[in-house]
Amino acid sequence: MPKLFTGAEIVFKCLEDQKVEHIFGYPGGAVLPIYDELKNHPSIKHILVRHEQGAGHAAEGYARSSGKPGVVLVTSGPGATNVVTALTDAYMDSVPLVCISGQVPTHLIGTDAFQECDTTGITRPCTKHNWLVKDINDLSKVMHEAFRVATTGRPGPVLIDIPKDIQFAKTKYKKPNKEKKLNGKSHNKFSQDQIDELVKLLSKAKKPIIYSGGGVINSGPKASQALREFVELTGFPITSTLQGLGAYPGDDNQFLGMLGMHGTYEANNAMHDCDLLINIGARFDDRITGKIDEFSPNSKKVHIDIDPSSINKIIKVDLAIVGDVTSVISKINKTISKRKNGHNKSNKSNIAKWWEQIEKWREKDSLNFVNSDESIKPQHAVQRLYELTKNKDTYVTTEVGQHQMWAAQHYKFNKPNRWMTSGGLGTMGYGLPAAVGVQIAHPEKLVIDIAGEASVLMTMQEMSTAVQYNLPIKIFILNNQYMGMVRQWQELLHEKNYSESYSEALPDFMKMAEAYGCKGIKADNPSDLDDKIQEMIDYDGPVIFDCHVDPNENCFPMIPSGKPHNQMILGPNDQEDNKIKGKGKALV
Amino acid sequence: MPKSKSAYSIPTKKQKPDTYIFVVWVDNEAGVLARVVGLFSGRGYNIESLAVAEVDAVKNISRITIVTTGTPQVIDQIRLQLTKLVPVHKVAEFKREDKGVIFKEMALFKVVGKRNKIEKCLNACKKFNPVILDETKTSAVIQITALRREIDKMNKKLKPLGLISTSRTGAVAMTRGAKIFN
Repeated sequence: MPKLFTGAEIVFKCLEDQKVEHIFGYPGGAVLPIYDELKNHPSIKHILVRHEQGAGHAAEGYARSSGKPGVVLVTSGPGATNVVTALTDAYMDSVPLVCISGQVPTHLIGTDAFQECDTTGITRPCTKHNWLVKDINDLSKVMHEAFRVATTGRPGPVLIDIPKDIQFAKTKYKKPNKEKKLNGKSHNKFSQDQIDELVKLLSKAKKPIIYSGGGVINSGPKASQALREFVELTGFPITSTLQGLGAYPGDDNQFLGMLGMHGTYEANNAMHDCDLLINIGARFDDRITGKIDEFSPNSKKVHIDIDPSSINKIIKVDLAIVGDVTSVISKINKTISKRKNGHNKSNKSNIAKWWEQIEKWREKDSLNFVNSDESIKPQHAVQRLYELTKNKDTYVTTEVGQHQMWAAQHYKFNKPNRWMTSGGLGTMGYGLPAAVGVQIAHPEKLVIDIAGEASVLMTMQEMSTAVQYNLPIKIFILNNQYMGMVRQWQELLHEKNYSESYSEALPDFMKMAEAYGCKGIKADNPSDLDDKIQEMIDYDGPVIFDCHVDPNENCFPMIPSGKPHNQMILGPNDQEDNKIKGKGKALV
Repeated sequence: MPKSKSAYSIPTKKQKPDTYIFVVWVDNEAGVLARVVGLFSGRGYNIESLAVAEVDAVKNISRITIVTTGTPQVIDQIRLQLTKLVPVHKVAEFKREDKGVIFKEMALFKVVGKRNKIEKCLNACKKFNPVILDETKTSAVIQITALRREIDKMNKKLKPLGLISTSRTGAVAMTRGAKIFN
C-alpha cells in the first residue's frame, strides 16, 4: 500500500516538487498544521513578516526580481483579507503568486465560525483562479494546477483555501503531470503570415516607434535580449512603460525614456506623430494613452501580447499578434535577418528624418529641473543615487507617488527584473516589503527602496522583518512631508487647497531606525548628500535614509488628464498657458 | 450602454449597443456561476437574462446562456474575458437577429377568473405552444415558449384577462440545421 500523507505534508511535497525555496507568511489558528510540518522540510525557508500584506508584496518582489512564482502562506479570516491588497496588486501587474490560506474546518464553513471569511469569494475578482479544497484527494492536483495557472500565459496570482481538517486528513500524494493539456488558456498561436505582415509594415514605416511594456519582462531575460536585437536591426526609436523599464538599456541612444503621463517630451510626441506604433507586451493603460480619441491619430498600430483580451480593449489595432514576446520577437528578428539584403538598410535611411525630429524634441530636455544649493531637490537625490550605484547590479523598488515617477525618470535601468514598482494598482506601501522579497531572492545584491515618507509608513512594520533576517535593504525616503502626488494634483486642479495631504506629525525616522535596530541616516543639505548616500551603500545592514527634500517640487513633465500626448506641461513656467480646465478635472 | 472601463477616460463617441446571446460551456463545479456573473458585474457588463444547467453529467459540463447588451467592442471583451476563466471550455456568441439560431424562453402564467377569460387567455397564447399544466374551475397555469419580447407582450395582454402571476426562464439557444457551435 502506498504511503499516506496528511494534507499539510502534501502541501510541502507539492512546494518541494515545484522547487519552492522561500515562502512568506504569518501563522494563525487555521494554518497551524502546515506550520507544524515546516520543520520537516529544510529546503523550504519561511520568512515571517509582520503583516500579511507585507507577505504578499514581499512575494511579489521575490517573483519579479527572480522570475519564479512567489509563495504566500496566511491564516483564515483576517490573514486572508489582509493579503487581498497584494493579490490585487499582483493581478494588475501580472505577477505570479501562489497564496495558500487556511480555512476553518469544512463542517464549520458557513457558520460564521471564529476567523471565518468567504476567502474564495473575496479573492475571486483579484486572482486568476482560486480553489477551496474540500476533499483531501483533490489537494495535490489543485496545488500543481495552481502553480501552472499562476505561471503560464499572462502570469498572475492564485489562491488555494485549505480548511483545517483537510490539512489533517490523509491521502496518497500525486506528482505533477509533466505535460498537461492547457485547456486553451495558453496562447502562442501566431502565424508566419502575421510576422510577414509586420515585417512589411516595418519596411514601409517612415516614423515608427516601439512601445514596450511589462510583458517583455514577464517573458523572461530572453525577451529583453530579443528586443535589443530587434531595436538594433530596425534602428527604430523605443519607449517603455513604467513596468517595462530595464527591458531595453535606459542609457542607450535609441531609448527615448518612459512615455505616458510623466513620460518624456520626445517619447510622447513620437507616440503622437508616429506612422507605425509597435506595442510589445503593454496594454494601452490610461496613464499611457491620455485622451483616447487623440491617441496616436495617424499611425498603423501593431499589438503583440500574450493575453488576447488586451487586444482592442482600449485602442483598436491594425495587426494583433497573440503570443509570448520571446517567441514572437525572435521570429521577427529571424524573418528580418533572412531578408536583410535591400530593404533593411533602405529602411534606416527612411527614418533618418524621423530621428532628426526626435532629436529636436530631445533638445527640450524635458526631465530638466532647477537645482538648488540650499535644499535637496528630489530629482537631484535620485540622480545622485543612480550615479553612485550604477556600477553595482542594483535592484530598485518604489512606493507610489512623486518619488516613484522621479525614480522612473532619473534612474536608468540596463537589465530586466531590476525595477519593481506597483503600477496598475498603485499601492502605497509596496516598496518596503517588496525590497524584503527582492533581497531574499538576491542576498548579495544591493536592494534600494526609493520611497516617500507617506507611503513607507503604510508598511513600516516590515523593517522588523528585514532586521530579523539581516536583510541589508536600503530605504531611501524622499521626505517632503506631503503626500506629494496628491499635493501636486491639488495645486494643479483644486486651487491649491491642500486638503489633508500634509502629514503633520511625522515620526523621527532616525529614532525609528534605532527602534527597529537598523541604521538611520539623515540628509538635508545638498553638499553632503553624496557622502551620506555612500555611507548608506557601504553599510552592511538595513538602513533607513531620511532625505529631506524640497516640499514644493512637482513632478514634470506631465500630460494633464484629458489631454493628448502632444500637449504636455513641461515645467513650472509652462503651466500658465496650459491650465487644466473643466472636464479634465474630473479625470484625475 | 454600460459605463465601464477606466474611470478616468472621457466617454468617447457612443456606439449603438446591440443585444447578444452568449453560450458558455463550463466545468460544473462550485463557484463557477459566481465567476461568470462576477465577471459581468465587476466589469460593468449587463445581464438581461441567464439560464444555466448541467448538460453533460459524464463530462461534468454545464451550459450557461446569457443575454447581454453592448457595443461590438464590449461584446468582444466579454467573449475574451470569459475565455480566460479557467473552468470555461468554450464560448459562442450570437446577435439576437441571427437567423441561424433559435432563441427560446419559457414562461408560466397563472390566470385566475371565469372560464371564458381563461379561454381567451389560451386563445391569445395560441401561437406560442400553450400547455395547460394545472386547471381548476377558477384558475389555470399556462406554459408557453416564445421569444423574450413575445412573452413581454403576452404578459401585458393577459393582465386584464386575470393574469396574477408570471414566472419565466432566461433564454436558451440552439443553432438551426446540422451544424453545432464551435
